[in-house]
Order: sequence, then C-alpha cells, then structure tokens
Amino acid sequence: MAASSETKGEGTLRKAFGGVLGFFILLLIGALAFSIRLFSVIKYESVIHEFDPYFNYRVTQFLTKNGIYDFWNWFDDRTWYPLGRVIGGTVYPGLTLTAGSIWWLLNNLNIPLSVETVCVFTAPIFSANASWATYLLTKEVKGTGAGLTAAALLALVPSYISRSVAGSYDNEAVAIFALIFTFYLYTKTLNTGSLFYATLNALSYFYMVCSWGGYTFIINLIPMHVLLCIVTGRYSPRLYIAYAPLVVLGTLLASLVPVVGFNAVMTSEHFASFLVFIIIHVVALVYYIKGILSPKMFKVAVTLVVTIGIAVCCAVLAILIALVASSPTKGWSGRSLSLLDPTYASKYIPIIASVSEHQPPTWPSYFMDINVLAFLVPAGIVACFLPLSDASSFMVLYITTSVYFSGVMVRLMLVLAPAACIMSGIALSEAFDVFTRSIKLQLPKLFESPPPGSGDIDSAQDEVVKVDNKAATDKSETAPKERPSKKNRKKEKEIVETTIKRPLKAKRLLVLPLEASAVAILLLIILGAFYVVHCVWAAAEAYSAPSIVLTSHSHDGLHVFDDFREAYAWLRHNTDVDDKVASWWDYGYQTTAMANRTVIVDNNTWNNTHIATVGTAMSSPEKPAWEIFNSLDVKYVLVVFGGLVGYPSDDINKFLWMVRIGGGVFPHIREPDYLRDGQYRIDAQATPTMLNCLMYKLSYYRFVETDGKGFDRVRRTEIGKKHFKLTHFEEVFTTHHWMVRIYKLKPPKNRIRGKSKKSKSNSKTSPSNSRRHGNLRKNPWQ
Amino acid sequence: MGRTSAAMAVFLFLLLSLFSILQLVSSSPEIRVLSAERRIDVTAPIARVFLTLKVENAGTSEVSEVLVAFAPTEAEHLAILKASVAEGKRKKKTYVPLSVNPSESPDAPNGAQLYSVSLRSPLKSGEATTVEVLYVLTHLLEPFPAEISQSEPQLVYYRDSATLLSPYHIVEQITSIKTPSNKVESFTRVDPASRVGSELRYGPYHDHGPYSYSPVIVHFENNNPFAVVEELVREIEISHWGSLQIRDHYKLKHAGARHKGVFSRLEYQFKQSVSGVASFRHLLMKLPPRVHSVYYRDEIGNISSSHLHIDSQKSELEIEPRYPLFGGWKATFTIGYGLPLQDFLFESHDGRRYLNFSFGCPLIETMVDDLTVKVILPEGSRNPTAAVPFPVDQHLEMTYSYLDVVGRTTVVLQKKNVVPEHNTPFQVYYDFNPVFMFAEPLMLISAVFLFFVACIAYVHVDLSIGKSS
Repeated sequence: MAASSETKGEGTLRKAFGGVLGFFILLLIGALAFSIRLFSVIKYESVIHEFDPYFNYRVTQFLTKNGIYDFWNWFDDRTWYPLGRVIGGTVYPGLTLTAGSIWWLLNNLNIPLSVETVCVFTAPIFSANASWATYLLTKEVKGTGAGLTAAALLALVPSYISRSVAGSYDNEAVAIFALIFTFYLYTKTLNTGSLFYATLNALSYFYMVCSWGGYTFIINLIPMHVLLCIVTGRYSPRLYIAYAPLVVLGTLLASLVPVVGFNAVMTSEHFASFLVFIIIHVVALVYYIKGILSPKMFKVAVTLVVTIGIAVCCAVLAILIALVASSPTKGWSGRSLSLLDPTYASKYIPIIASVSEHQPPTWPSYFMDINVLAFLVPAGIVACFLPLSDASSFMVLYITTSVYFSGVMVRLMLVLAPAACIMSGIALSEAFDVFTRSIKLQLPKLFESPPPGSGDIDSAQDEVVKVDNKAATDKSETAPKERPSKKNRKKEKEIVETTIKRPLKAKRLLVLPLEASAVAILLLIILGAFYVVHCVWAAAEAYSAPSIVLTSHSHDGLHVFDDFREAYAWLRHNTDVDDKVASWWDYGYQTTAMANRTVIVDNNTWNNTHIATVGTAMSSPEKPAWEIFNSLDVKYVLVVFGGLVGYPSDDINKFLWMVRIGGGVFPHIREPDYLRDGQYRIDAQATPTMLNCLMYKLSYYRFVETDGKGFDRVRRTEIGKKHFKLTHFEEVFTTHHWMVRIYKLKPPKNRIRGKSKKSKSNSKTSPSNSRRHGNLRKNPWQ
Repeated sequence: MGRTSAAMAVFLFLLLSLFSILQLVSSSPEIRVLSAERRIDVTAPIARVFLTLKVENAGTSEVSEVLVAFAPTEAEHLAILKASVAEGKRKKKTYVPLSVNPSESPDAPNGAQLYSVSLRSPLKSGEATTVEVLYVLTHLLEPFPAEISQSEPQLVYYRDSATLLSPYHIVEQITSIKTPSNKVESFTRVDPASRVGSELRYGPYHDHGPYSYSPVIVHFENNNPFAVVEELVREIEISHWGSLQIRDHYKLKHAGARHKGVFSRLEYQFKQSVSGVASFRHLLMKLPPRVHSVYYRDEIGNISSSHLHIDSQKSELEIEPRYPLFGGWKATFTIGYGLPLQDFLFESHDGRRYLNFSFGCPLIETMVDDLTVKVILPEGSRNPTAAVPFPVDQHLEMTYSYLDVVGRTTVVLQKKNVVPEHNTPFQVYYDFNPVFMFAEPLMLISAVFLFFVACIAYVHVDLSIGKSS
C-alpha cells in the first residue's frame, strides 16, 4: 500500500511536469507556426500579398478610419463603375473585424502599429491559434500526445502555409482557426454534454460564418455526423445537447451576418441541418417514449407512428422537393453546385472555371501540400477505429468528406489539411506510443538478463497488464482531482471508465520486438524530419512570394521586378482622383487599393455581364473597344504584359478567358475567331481577329523596336504583327520592365465641317486605314 | 503660463526694436553706393544672387544700417537673405555675418520690399565699407513653353532688372547672370550687354538714381531637375535609450515645364540622350555619418531602388522614385533612419539637455515649399525651447508612441520656402529626469506580474456553484 501511495505521489508530480511541459511545447508550436510564416517578410518585405488580400486590407483601412457603422453602410463607388458595390452587405466581415479590433486595441494601448502591419501579421497569429485549436480538438479525440503531434504538424503543413504566410491577409487565414475551433467545441460538447460548451460552439460557429463562405461545410458536416451517430445507434443526450443548440443559436446568429442574412434559412446548403434537426427530435422523442413504455407497448406505438410518420414525411418531402426544383439552380449557389458536380462550372460559369484555384488538383499538388501526411492519414483512420468513439467517428467523417472536396477544387485542400494533420497526429502518436512502450518494457530486461528467454515476452506482457492497470487506476484517481471545479465530472468519469476497459484488451497485443521498435522509431523520426524539411522549403521558396513584387536571380545578383507598384504609384499620383481605369478583373482590387482609382471590374466577379463587357472590349478592334470604354467613362486602360521579361501570367495568356467570358454574353465575340486550327497563337500564323484586337495591340505596341524582331519571351515566338499605330489610344505610361502598360483614351476628334462628308464617302470605298491616314495628314499635331 | 508671458515679452521686445529701426531708417538717407556687383546664378532651379555693395556715407550723421530693396515678385519668392562684411586682409579674410531685418520705408515705390542690414559699427560721415549680400529666390524661373513633350528640352524665363533696385544712388554697377549652358534663346539688351559662353553681362552702368529699374528677360535652357518638395514633415524622435529616429515624409514634385502627351518607355530607355532630358530619376541625399537602419518606402511598400554609401564623414543615400519624374508628375515617399544619440544630444552648462540637429531638407539642391520639423522629446520631458537661427512658426503638441501614458511633448517648427542654405543647426532645449526612462519597462514588468498573479488566483479559486462530495 505504501508503495502504491508513493507511486501515486510520483504520478501526480509527473503529471504536473507533463502539464508544464505540454504548455511549453504548445507555446513553442505557436511560435513555430508564427515564425515559419515570416519568410515572406524576411525574404521580401512586410507587404500585403496578391489580389484578395488587397481588398481586405482596403476594407480594414476603411473600418479603422470610419468606424463600424459606416462600414456596415459602406457603398463603394470606387469599383464596378458605374454600378458600385455595397461592401458592408457583401463581405464576410470576420477577418476585417478581427484585424480592425486588434488594431484598435493596440492603438488604445498606444502601440502605434499601422493598419498594414496588423493586417500582414494577422494570418501568422491566427495560424498559431489554429495549431492550438488543433491540439484541443485532437486531445478530445485521442488524448494529449496525439494533440501535441497534430498541433505540431498543423503548424507546419504547407497547404495552410500557402494561405497564411505573413501578408496573405485572406479570409481563410482566420477561417481555418474558426473551423477547427468549432469542431473542437462540438466534440467537447459531445464528450461532456455541457450546455456551456454548446453555447460557445454556437458563438464559434457565428465567428466562422462571419469569416468565410466555407461555413456551409460545418453546417453540413455536423448534421451528417449526427445522422451517422443516430443510424449507428449512438444517440445520447450529449449528442442532442451538442446539436440542437448549435442549429437554433447558430442559425439565428448566422442570419445576423448581412452577407448571409435569410440565406441561413432559405438556401439548400442549410437544409440538411434542419432535416437532421427534425430527425434528432423524433429520435429523442422515441428514446423518451421507449423509456416510459413497456417493450410491448413500444412496439405497437412504433408501428403506429411509423406508418403515419412516413406518410407525413413523404408529403413534406414532396413539397420541399417541388419548391427546390422550381428554382433554376435548385436552391444551390454556383460555387456549391460546382462542388457537388465538378463539371458544372466549366460547363456553365466560365468565371468560376477561369480561376486557377477552382480547378481540380493534380496528384503532385497533394504531395506538395500535405506531403507525408497523405501516407499517414490511413493509419490515423485505422487508429480512430481503435476504439471508435463519437469524437473519432466525427474525425473519420471529416477526413472522408474533405478528401472529396479537395479533389474537386484545389482551394479546398485547405479544409483537408487540418483533418490530415489530426489523422496523422493520431497515427504518429499511437505509433510512438506502441514503440516506446515496447522499448520501455523490454529495455530493463535486456540489462538484467542478457539472454532473453522464451518466457520473456510473456512476462513482459504480464507487466503490460500491470502497468496498464496502474495507469488506469492512476487515471481514475487523478482525473477528478485534475479539474475539481468543472461541473461535468460525472461525464468524464464515464469516459474514463470506458477508456479503462478498452485499453486492457487492445494494448495487450501491442508489444513489438525491441529491435523492430527501435528501427521503427528511427524511421518515423526520419519521416518527420523529411516533413519538416519539405515544409520549410515550401514556406521559404514556394509560398512566400507576394506576387506583386517579383525577384529573379541572375549572374549579377538579385534582380527585383517592382513594376506593378510602379504603375499603381504612377496612377495614384499622376492621374485625376476621379479617373476610371479599365483592366482585366484580376487587377481590380489592386488598382483600387494601391492606386486609389475607380475600376470597372474587380476580383469580386459578382456581375458577369460587366466583366463580359470589359472582356469584349479587350477582344474587339480598336474603334469598337474605344466606344465601349468611352461609354463606360474610362480614361485609362491598363494591361499587363510579360513578353519583354518573360512573366508568364500576363494578359495575353489570360486572353482566351476574356474572349470566352465576353463571348458568353456578347455572341459576336467567338472563340474560334481567335484560334488558328484550335491553337492559340500570336505569331505570324495568328488570325487577323487576334492580331487586330485591342489586347494584342496594347500589349505589343512598339514592342518590335526593343529588339528589332519582336520576340515574345513568354510565348517564345516572334509576334505576328509588328509595326502598327494606335489611333484611339495613346501610351501614357509603361513601367521599367514593360510589365504594366497604361494607355489613355484619346478624346474624340473634332468634326471638321465639310470634311466629314468626304471622309464618309472615303470610308465607303476604301478601308478605314486610308481614312486614318487622310486625317493624319490634315492634322499633323494629332 | 510662464512660457506664454515670456513669449509676450519677446514679442514686445521685437516690436520695440522694429520701431526703433523705423525711426533710424527715416533719419538717415544720406548713403551712396559707390559700386554694386551682382552675380546671379540660375544654373539650378533656385536663383542665387551674390551682391557686393560698396557703400559710402555721404551725409553728415552716422549711419548704422544699409537698406536692400526687392521688387514685389522677388520679395514673394525670397527664401533667405544673408549679409556679411569682410574683415581682415587677403588671406586672413573672414566674413562676419550681419543681422538683417525687414524694414519699411514710406517712399519705396510700387510695393518694393526693403530689408535693413545692420552694420557692425556705425559708418561715420565720409567713410565707406563693403557689404556682401546673398539671397536666394525660389520658383522664379518660369518654364516657357509651359508644356513640353518627352523629347524637348526645358526652357525657362528669368526676369530681373538690368540695374539694381536700390533706395540709394548707385555710382557704378555691373550684373552678371550665369546660365547652365550656352543655350540661351534670347535676352533683353540693355546696352552695354554682352554674352560670353554661359554668362550674360549687363553693365557697367553709371550713375543711376534711387529705385531705377529696367526689366530684362532671359530665355534659356535649364534641364536641371526641378525637384520641389511640396511638403516635408520631419519627425525626430529622441529615445534616451540611445537612438535618434528620423522619419521624413516627402511629397515630391517636378515643378518644371509640364509633361505633355505620350510617355514612351521605349524612347526613354533607348534614346537617353534626347529623350526625357528635363526629367529626373535619381536624387541624392546627404545624411549624417553613422546612420543605420535606413528605409525608403511609400504607402504601398518598400521602394527597392536606392543605394547607401557610408563613410566616416558623411553618408550619401541615392534614391530613385518608383518612376522617372517628368514635369508635373508627383511622388510621395518616406525615408527613415536611426542615428546614435551621442552625436546629437548634449547637456548644456545649466544641466538642461539639448538636441543639436540640422534644419532643412537633406536632399541636395532641393527647395521645400512647406517644411514641418517635429522634435518628439522623450516622455516626461519639460520646458522645451527651440533655438533656430531664422524665424520659424513654432508650437507644442503631444505625441503618443509605444505604451505612452502622458504622451511625449513635441516641438513643432514650421517654415515655408526652405532652401539648402537653411541647412544650419538648430537646438531644442528641455529638462528631463532619467527616472522616466524606466517608466515603461516597469509598467510592462508589473503587467506581466499581475498576469501571473491572476493566473495563480484563478487556479486556486474554485468558482463552481454547486459543491459535490
């Protein structure tokens, strides 16, 4: 007895040390998650990245300058000219509100950080939060060890790094944290049955709804899990507590977000949750009645209810289906539909299909983004079944659905990453558990009696049982002491008891030979090392480029291409504040944020027709294009051209999408006119339509004079039409490496009395070229 | 309260002195200028005029002031006016600065502005002395044509008078104008006038009466960068932990002939000799030695084109705006750097500390239309006073920086029309108790301490409502 009390004391001490150690490990994991994302700041600079983050940054600037009420009512007239956009009602405000409050707090503490700095570092901060949330979630599923491993894996996972490097100020950065934290609170409620956590869960869901459109994943996944639990006979009051408040509170809260509003009850994305809500109540009722009635009476009642119930359900379902089917998209938004039917977007909505992150991923991208986790996930799934609890079944469901979604859209790899990390964390942790235990039990034997007998393993196994017993008693004794203030102790005891029984059966078998364990541990460490090396490489090389400033290494050192900002700064300082700038929609957000000029279309892509208009103008010949732009009040046209320095993602390479999107609305633009035998080319073989369209002309204007041949370094060919003049546009600015070219629309020419007749008659007989020539002669200064 | 009364006293004193000057001026008109030599340098966008006056007291009473007159257009653009007198012979010649004050005379015609130069010792009857005057005029060169295309050179007008505007009778005078190149389109002839190379010479003229004026226009090519800083805000933050942080916010403009029509990068890159001669691309900036952590950025991020050369005497920063500046184009940017505190902060005899820093703009050969210098003193400093060698507007404000509670007293100095001649040291004196240095670290320590106490309290307090056995 004395010995047991001694071990008990030792156990608590060890537990205390374990707690402190765990805390510091978590702290380090947070620091790791934060600092691995700083490569972009160190290698480049502290700057907002890419396209969407610039919009979020601009919204945050507005929020910090004008306050929350002006933000809700913000009508932005700088974009979608002449339509404008209601920003307050069409953005997910979570990210901006988060960064805005961080900035507000810091400034009230007199820490004068700029809005930009706060925005740049929001993503790394939330990655640290996300890794801590992963720890909590995995801990609920499989205990502390798995939690720490999963947190460490998530801190490094390249897929998440790609969206959350410093400067990548996008919704996903915050949303992944919200997603994991919501799942954590759900499993926590599921394990404890506490209404407190259920309420927190609804709040966390609210935060997720504020942050990202991906919240529909949660509101479909959780009902699926509830349904799974009910079907597999795992219904419990805890499940009810975990689910019912989430649906009621969560839906109420979600409809408070302006961008969601009544969608929270009107669209098909949310129907699953309501359906399951009904089902869980029916099931709860059944369980309740089952408790009251005798088995015989219950059987009678079941048959009675089932027959009536089925009839009613069928009627309701029929009405529902009829209602849903009557709407053209069947109540689904385009993006959701393209998830359910991967071919949908490419068939009907070229705008969604034109975005590279909406394409299905390739196999290498799986290896790139989750690396070794892809191989560990199956092991994790197996581990989740040993034993299968409510929480682990949830994780299994999470990973299977997210694998499907990631297969549809490369962008949703981001949802897969946390699941993969948790599964791999569980797998690694279980594996280490088994191997280290094997070594621990056999090592003392090895020193005591060098020749291992045949009964050795038996005795070792005996000891395993003892150790397990001891551990179990330790647990059962210390667990209630650990958190004496918690009200749900009873529930915890229940779990502890179940966990006591199961390991006895499971762990008995898991003693491996010493050498095998040692080698396996070594291999696992090497695997982990590879993962770390890959992640650091991905963070440093692949995902840190801000894309607005490019660098290249040449023999004489680093060369910086800062053309985008050169052009935006020029627009900002040297054009009138109300001038309208037309460009392809990719550059809309950047133009409004960096150049502070009004744009026609931007990356929000909410109005297909408007984008198609710009696409049509870009693919039309000069004069019609000028007319379109003039009717839109455009003063400057901005094109991105990579032919001089070999920058591949320029407008000529995106041009076919302009044609397609433009042609989708204006049928006179036909894609085959721009293709020679189905091939897209800009050399001498190109079609005349292609060589005369505005995009070609604006990109290659006077390009031939740079090298005498007009060799395009992206397309690796000489351009088709080399010497031409612009009649309706004039070059006003071209950046240092020619990557951005800005043209101004020439004012319409004065009509010269008497001449107009002549030129008209001219135009009947001769092509427009000669008329232009005639005009040119008349007015040598123009 | 004490400060305002002091300011009142100073103001009254100034008023009184002005009054006395007025009296003196009206009583001593008997001065004759024996010879006046004017050398006008218009090679830069700034016009610099060196004026050598040999004055003689032809009256009976003693004279202690000499008046210098400016036409209204000149007076408007006058940035600085300095006068000195040469002492000693030849090799040991030293220039002693004389004080200059604005003055008024009832008989000055057409709004001519007068400045009086106080002589070191009063000039007795019949005596003569030589006064050297330097004045700098900004925005006086008018581009003509006002709009040029990319390939054209920039031509400017310079307007002045062939004879020196003066309240005195001038016996002999000569004016020379130095233009940046031989390319002088035209100039008004007032015989005898001649042009040799890049120098125009008017005179010598003899015996011109007071306020004689004969306008001349010189039309010449000037492709020097017309870089004008429209607004410059300099923030100088003193930290007693050992560093001085400077942040300069520039609004730069090319104030020459406006750019017209097309900007072709092709021509700018491939025909550099003829294309964009009036534009500029680089600017040179002189920074103090031992400068560190220099940054150059604007509102959308770092500007990658700059070079820093540091040696023991000075540091030179060559900056390149994001795009070349043509006439009328603007750019804004911020330059910041740190400096070791011991080079600039000193303790005076009465125990006060003072900052000794250069006023004006570090960009060389650049004029500033509107300069604001903010000296942010450390938190807890009191009684700041600024000593600037020329008149500036000043007031105090509060700046809140890292974890400040009471805020940092900030001395704000404002001056319009600043030229490189204003790059002279100025001082800001203040009282500071070193205890305040530890306020913020102590605050942080106590915050962390309180956090841990709160954690301990939370762990040990049972907040649950129902106690179960």
